[in-house]
Amino acid sequence: PRSVPSPGPMAAPAAGPPPVLRIVAECGRSRARAGELRLPHGTVPCPVFMPVGTRGTAKGLTAAQLAALGCRICLGNTFHLGTRPGPELVRRSGGLHGFMDWPHNLLTDSGGFQMVSLLELSEVSEEGVLFQPPHGGDPVLLSPERAMEIQNALGADIVMQLDDVVSSTTTGPRLEEAMLRSVRWLDRCVAAHARPQQQRLFAIVQGGTEPELRLRCLRAMTQRAVSGFAIGGLSGGEAKARFWRAVKLCTEHLPRDKPRYLMGVGYATDLVVCVALGCDMFDCVFPTRTARFGSALVPWGSLQLKNQKFAKDFRPIDADCGCPTCQRHSRAYLHALLRCNTAALHLLTLHNVAYQMKLMGSIRDSILRQRFPEFVREFMAAMYGGRGGPPAWAREALESVGITLG
Amino acid sequence: MATAGGARPPAPGDDGRRGAARVARVPRLLRVPVRRRGARMRLKLLGAGRLGSLAGLGRGGAGALALPGCLLYTRAGAAPHLTHDTLREVRGVPGVAHVALPALAEIHDVLEEYKEGAAKFMGMPDAVLYCSLHDPVTPCPSGYNTNKMVSLWGSSGRMEITASKFMDIQRAIQPDWFQCISDGDTISGEAGRKRAQKSVDRSLSFLDICLQLQEESPELQGSVMFGAIEGGDILEERLRSARETAKRPVGGFLLDGFQGSAMAKETKLKLIASVTAELPEDKPRIIHGVGKPDEVLECIERGVDIFESFFPFQVTERGCALVFSYDCHPAPEATVLPQNGIQDLEKNGAQEDQEEVSKADPEMTPFEISLKDKKYHDDFGPLLEGCSCYCCQRHTRAYVHHLLVTNELLAGVLLMMHNFQHYFGFFSAVRDALRDSKLDQLKELIFRQALQGPASTALRH
Repeated sequence: PRSVPSPGPMAAPAAGPPPVLRIVAECGRSRARAGELRLPHGTVPCPVFMPVGTRGTAKGLTAAQLAALGCRICLGNTFHLGTRPGPELVRRSGGLHGFMDWPHNLLTDSGGFQMVSLLELSEVSEEGVLFQPPHGGDPVLLSPERAMEIQNALGADIVMQLDDVVSSTTTGPRLEEAMLRSVRWLDRCVAAHARPQQQRLFAIVQGGTEPELRLRCLRAMTQRAVSGFAIGGLSGGEAKARFWRAVKLCTEHLPRDKPRYLMGVGYATDLVVCVALGCDMFDCVFPTRTARFGSALVPWGSLQLKNQKFAKDFRPIDADCGCPTCQRHSRAYLHALLRCNTAALHLLTLHNVAYQMKLMGSIRDSILRQRFPEFVREFMAAMYGGRGGPPAWAREALESVGITLG
Repeated sequence: MATAGGARPPAPGDDGRRGAARVARVPRLLRVPVRRRGARMRLKLLGAGRLGSLAGLGRGGAGALALPGCLLYTRAGAAPHLTHDTLREVRGVPGVAHVALPALAEIHDVLEEYKEGAAKFMGMPDAVLYCSLHDPVTPCPSGYNTNKMVSLWGSSGRMEITASKFMDIQRAIQPDWFQCISDGDTISGEAGRKRAQKSVDRSLSFLDICLQLQEESPELQGSVMFGAIEGGDILEERLRSARETAKRPVGGFLLDGFQGSAMAKETKLKLIASVTAELPEDKPRIIHGVGKPDEVLECIERGVDIFESFFPFQVTERGCALVFSYDCHPAPEATVLPQNGIQDLEKNGAQEDQEEVSKADPEMTPFEISLKDKKYHDDFGPLLEGCSCYCCQRHTRAYVHHLLVTNELLAGVLLMMHNFQHYFGFFSAVRDALRDSKLDQLKELIFRQALQGPASTALRH
C-alpha cells in the first residue's frame, strides 16, 4: 500500500486569509450547524444551497432576479468558461463578477468533473487531464496549475482544487490511485494559487464509498492549509446506503471550524439529511434543470406542469410560496405558457430557486431556534406523509445522528 | 340601420379628405358614441397629423395609449422571454397588450371554466388586452378559409372556426379590443381580383354576424370590436371594404392583408392611404404585419395609428440588437461619426454585418447588429452606446455574444429587454417629432439608415 504524501513546505503559509466559517448555532442532537460564510463579496448565511450558473448565467434569470430571491453565492464552471469565452476575456471583463454583473459571491469548480463526465476523449495522467475540446482545436492539458490559473483569472470568491475524478461506483486500484493523486494535486494547487487573499481555496476529499480510502484522504488533506473542504466523488450512481455513510465519515474527520461543501447534492431530502450529518454548503443543477423540463418543486414532491391534469388547475404552484411566480400565476396558466413562451421556463426556474432558498432558510432558522429535529420530522411528514414514510436510508442516516422519525 | 358609429360629415373649410395626415388648425376632441355601457374609449387628436391619444381603456377606464403608438407583443399573455418583473425593467411599455387568438382558442375550454377572462388568467388583470385573429410571427398557409370558416394556426396545428365559434371564444376571453374574424388570405401573391372580392364579402358577412352576436353577449358589452379591412391588392375592393366596414358600428379599424412581401411597396402605400381616407377620423386604425421603422413612418404618414411590436421579437430571435438612431438632435459628444455615412462605410459596423451575416440570416435588416458575429467576442461596449436599458447599463456586447454562442437562455431575455425598449423609444420619438414639427428630419434619419445601416455602431471599446 502506498502511503499518502505529507504536506510540502508551502502547505502552511504563515498568514493565511481569515477563516471563512463562523458558527452561530449547533443542533443539540445531530451534527447540524448554522452559521455564516465570510467571503470577499459579502456574508452568506449557511447551510446554503448554491444555484449553478454554469456559463456565467443563472440560466434564464437575470442577476437582479437571482439576487432578489436571496441568493448570495452561486456557481460558475471553469471548464465551460475556460473553453468559451476563455479566462483572458473574462478577466478583461472584470472577472466573472463583472462579466455576469453579479455583486455577490461566486464559487468556481476546477473543471475536473466536466472533463471526465462530458468528454469522450480525456486521458488522465500525473500531469493533468488531457482532453479534446468539444468545439475543435488541439488537445489541451488541464493541469492543477492551469486550473488555478484559469480560476485566478475568473476571480471567484471560492476556488476548488483540481481533483482526479472517477465515477462514484468505481472500485479497485483506480479509486485509490485517484484519491492519492488528488492529494498530490491539492499540493500543486496550493502552490500555484496566486491570489490566496482574494480567493479561498477548498480541497476536495475523495475515496469513493470505501471507508478506508476516505479516511486516508481525510487525514492527508486536513493537514493542508485550505479554507474549506469539499466532499467529492459522491452523488453519482452509488447506493444511498453507502452515500450517507461516506458523508458522515467525512464530517466526522473534517475540522469543525471550516466549511464542509457537499458537491452535487440538491434534492430536498438529501439536503435535509446531509445538513443533519454536518454539511454546510451544497450545489446541484437539479432545481434549475428540472424547471426547464416543466417541473416545479413543492414541499410534497414536484408538479410536472406539462401534464394535462394541470390544464384547469387554477391554484398557484404552492399557495404558501411567496415567490413572484406563485404570487401571480396559476398552474393552468403555466401549463398553457409552457407550450409557446420561454418565459414559462424562467417562471419555473424562479420558483424552484425560491423553493431551495426557502428550504435552506427554514433549515437554518430551525437550527438557530434549537428545533432542527422537529423541523426534520415536519419536513419528512410533508414530503412522505401520504406515501409510506421516508426512504430507509434517510431514516438510518438521521438515526445515526440522533434524530428519530415517527 | 343606425349609423351612430359612422364618420362626421365634413365641416366647413375641410377639403373633404378624411383620414390622411394633414395639418389641422385647432385640436379637436372627438368622441366615439357610446352605444354600450362600458365602452368608454375616447380618441383625442392634438392636431399634428394624427398625434393624439386613446383614453378610457380597459375595465376601469383608466388605460391609455399614446398615438401613434404600438402594442406590447405577447405570446399567450407574456412578453416573449420576459417574466413580469423583467418586463417591469423595460421603459416605455405601451398601455395595450397584444395577444393572438390561436393560443387562446387552444385553451377555450380552460377559459370557459375559469370564467373571469383571459387577462386575469394570464396574470395581467389590469392590462388592456387586444386580441388579434392571427399571430404576426406564425405563417398562415394559404387556401384554408371558406365562406363559413377561417383557419387559425396554433401550436397544436390548424383549427377551423366559424363566426359563431369565434364569438364563443371571445366571450371566454373577454378582451378589451378584438379583431373581428375576417378572411385575410390574400397575401400569398397569387390572389387575383376574385379572391380579393371574396375576402371582402366574407369579412363583411362575418362582421355582421359578430356584431349581432355581440349585442346578445353580456360578457362582451365592454369590448371594442375592430373591423378588418381586406381586399388584397385591388384598389376597388379595398375601397369597398373600407366604406362598407365604416358603415358598421365598429370601434376601430384593422388594416389587414398587408403582411408579407408579395405586395409591391408602391401598391401597398397607395392602398393604405386610400383606405384610411375612407375611414372616420374619430376611430383608431391598427395595421398588422408592419414593423420596420421606415415602414412604420410611411404608414403613419398615411393615417395609421397603431402597430404591433413583433418586429423587436423577430430581431431578438435571430440574435440581433436594434441599434438604429432616432435621435434627430444628438448631443455633440454623442455624435460618433459625421452624418455623411457614405464615406465611412468601412468603419460602419452594421454595413459589414449586412455583408457577412446576411448570408446567414436573410431576414436581417439595416437597423440591427448580429451579436453572434465573431467580432463582438471582445467588444466591451454596450449593445448601443447611450441606451439606458437593463442590458446596456450592465452588460457588454462580449457577454451577449458569449450567451448566444453558448446557447444560453439569458441571451433572449437580455436582447428582448433591449429591443423592446429601443422600439418603444422609437415610437416616443415619432410622437415628439410630430409635436415639434420635425417629422421630416426623423424620416430623413431613418430612411438614410434603411439604406446604409446605422452610423453609430462603428465605435468599438
